[in-house]
Amino acid sequence: MKERLLELFHENSALIRGQATPLVNRLRQNALDRFEKNGFPDTGNESWRFTNLEPVLLTEFAFDFQNQSRSLDIDKLFTCDVYDLDTFSVTLLNGWFVYKHAPLTRLANGTVIGSLAKAMEVYPDLVDQYLGKAVKLEGSGLAALNTAFLQDGLFIYVPEGTVIERPIQLINIVNSNVPLFLQPRHLVIVEKNASLTLVHCDHSLTHKVSFTNTVVEMFVAENAHIDHYKIQNKGRNSALVTSNYFVQKKDSRLSTSIVTLNGGFTKNILDVTLSQPGCHSEHNGLYLVDSNQHVDNQLFIDHAAPDCTSEQLYKGILDDQARAVFSGKVMVRRDAQRTRAYQNNKNLLLTDDAKANAQPFLEIYADDVKCSHGATVGQLDPDAMFYLRSRGLCERTARQLMMYAFAIEIVQKISIEALSQRLDHMVEKRLKGELSICDQCVLHCNSKEPTTFNIDLSLL
Amino acid sequence: MLSIRNLSVSINGKNILRNFNLEVKEGEIHAIMGPNGTGKSTLAAVIAGREMFDVDEGEILYRGQNLLEMKPEIRAREGIFLGFQYPVEIPGVSMANFMRTAMNEKRKYLGLEPLTGAEFLKIMEEKKKLVDIQSKLTNRSVNEGFSGGEKKKNEIFQMALLEPRLAILDETDSGLDIDALKVVAKGVNKLRRKDNATVVITHYQRLLDYIVPDFVHVLFDGRIVKSGGKDLAIELENKGYEWIKKEAGIENAA
Repeated sequence: MKERLLELFHENSALIRGQATPLVNRLRQNALDRFEKNGFPDTGNESWRFTNLEPVLLTEFAFDFQNQSRSLDIDKLFTCDVYDLDTFSVTLLNGWFVYKHAPLTRLANGTVIGSLAKAMEVYPDLVDQYLGKAVKLEGSGLAALNTAFLQDGLFIYVPEGTVIERPIQLINIVNSNVPLFLQPRHLVIVEKNASLTLVHCDHSLTHKVSFTNTVVEMFVAENAHIDHYKIQNKGRNSALVTSNYFVQKKDSRLSTSIVTLNGGFTKNILDVTLSQPGCHSEHNGLYLVDSNQHVDNQLFIDHAAPDCTSEQLYKGILDDQARAVFSGKVMVRRDAQRTRAYQNNKNLLLTDDAKANAQPFLEIYADDVKCSHGATVGQLDPDAMFYLRSRGLCERTARQLMMYAFAIEIVQKISIEALSQRLDHMVEKRLKGELSICDQCVLHCNSKEPTTFNIDLSLL
Repeated sequence: MLSIRNLSVSINGKNILRNFNLEVKEGEIHAIMGPNGTGKSTLAAVIAGREMFDVDEGEILYRGQNLLEMKPEIRAREGIFLGFQYPVEIPGVSMANFMRTAMNEKRKYLGLEPLTGAEFLKIMEEKKKLVDIQSKLTNRSVNEGFSGGEKKKNEIFQMALLEPRLAILDETDSGLDIDALKVVAKGVNKLRRKDNATVVITHYQRLLDYIVPDFVHVLFDGRIVKSGGKDLAIELENKGYEWIKKEAGIENAA
């Protein structure tokens, strides 16, 4: 696979380079060298010990370097049906930005939302100033691979002092009749005293195998604020690796929530640098997985400056033979005095075959810090189950109520009410085994038969 | 209503109840007293259907049915209520949601239409007054962060909503100050009807000043060693349990 990609790069180099800036193309070359050296991560890599990418890479993937999907009418394909969710919505189809309004929209307050490919033509200085500055190429090889092949994705620029009230929603759709390998690249810049809410939804519209290797770079300037929500409801044959790199400046606030309702193979990497004093960084996650699904959340919070706080809470329910991996590392550097860092991962296993690996990890070099971490892997509390049943709830209802209670803590932290309510409903349906990925689109999917994902409580 | 005959119960091979007998009729209040570790809570748990115990011998008939064959939830829907000695905290499940679900599962079992949200709220308000419960408790997660007194009041509140035929109150008085005790007792007395029955399990006589029993049974070493009227409780309070042991012919038993 690695050799094939290197060949593909050379064969398609003119297409891939496209209209990118010279600086981006130099970065691309460095990244390619890095990928050539590191290759794909294997289980010898500490961060990939329990997550084996190898089976995913066995597929003969197709690539779309020319944007052959642009002619499709996106509204016919997919409409987000979260009622009352008033967002500025943009769509990526098979990794390419869909020109629904225009390739780039510039709002009256100076905010720019649109295609990264177009932004490299129209705002080359801005792109050059930020692109590649947060990503870490030395890691797994996947970030380097994405950087080498980057062509398009979402670009957002929020100028100083601008508060974006209406959330921006990115809908990332994979729709292909052949197995597709795609590598979207997103760049989000939020300037001083500005704020942004970004909702990122990953969907697949066919049941074909696909591999999405996404890299996101987000810059949160002084006293700026980003709320980032990620909803993953993908087909069982999809593989999704998202590497998120955040750099926070003085007194900035960042919160992320990742809700994984479905996905064959999902890995989310969150790499956050608290580079200046006074930052707050909060990261929540929920995963509900069954059958052979695999979900891996890897977090690295780098407290590089004093007086910053970070919190992580990841919770998951695993059924059948599902597997979850959580590795959360908090680094408190020597100068990062008065750091407050809390980390927790809780897993609920519904079968003996489900498996969770939790690895919370603190590395502290400063002396005046308050840190805690914890991880639990367990079953439903039998005392609580009996308490509920002794009031007349059948075993099935009691289990559902307890699982829902366990999961909903994360959903309740979502501050967009329409989204929170919708997710509340989806979690409930998911736990009853009634949620299908087709619930997401008005057309109820291209496939005639809806795919349902059971957490079959009656068999427990 | 309840006939326990020759019941022997063990856990992990250890006998807890031996040849236990008890007869409870409609309209009656029974008190079961005894020192710690004599099997009082086990009795309550077995009646409610806790599965961790082994019933080695005997039977329990509830309104003519074999109780031991029923799942805990069926027992509850048939009208049995256990007031827990240690009510369980369940974070994330709101009291209101829990109780509405419980009431509707019972109604479904009895062939009744489920309560609407408004109907449920109305009933909840009535019952709150009955047991002097603060309104905000019902918005909170089940027992989470409740004080000892609040937890016990909450048990009586649940009892008021579920309107059981047979309530077993396991050490409902433990950890309560006198004011909370009065509130709990008042709730129990108000819920008393001609066609229901209550079994009060307690270590101390104190509660029985407020919930006056028709019968008092002394449980020792897994069986009832003495039964009597409410005066027996007072006698126990004055004389302790030692004389009963002697009377029953138990020498400083296990």
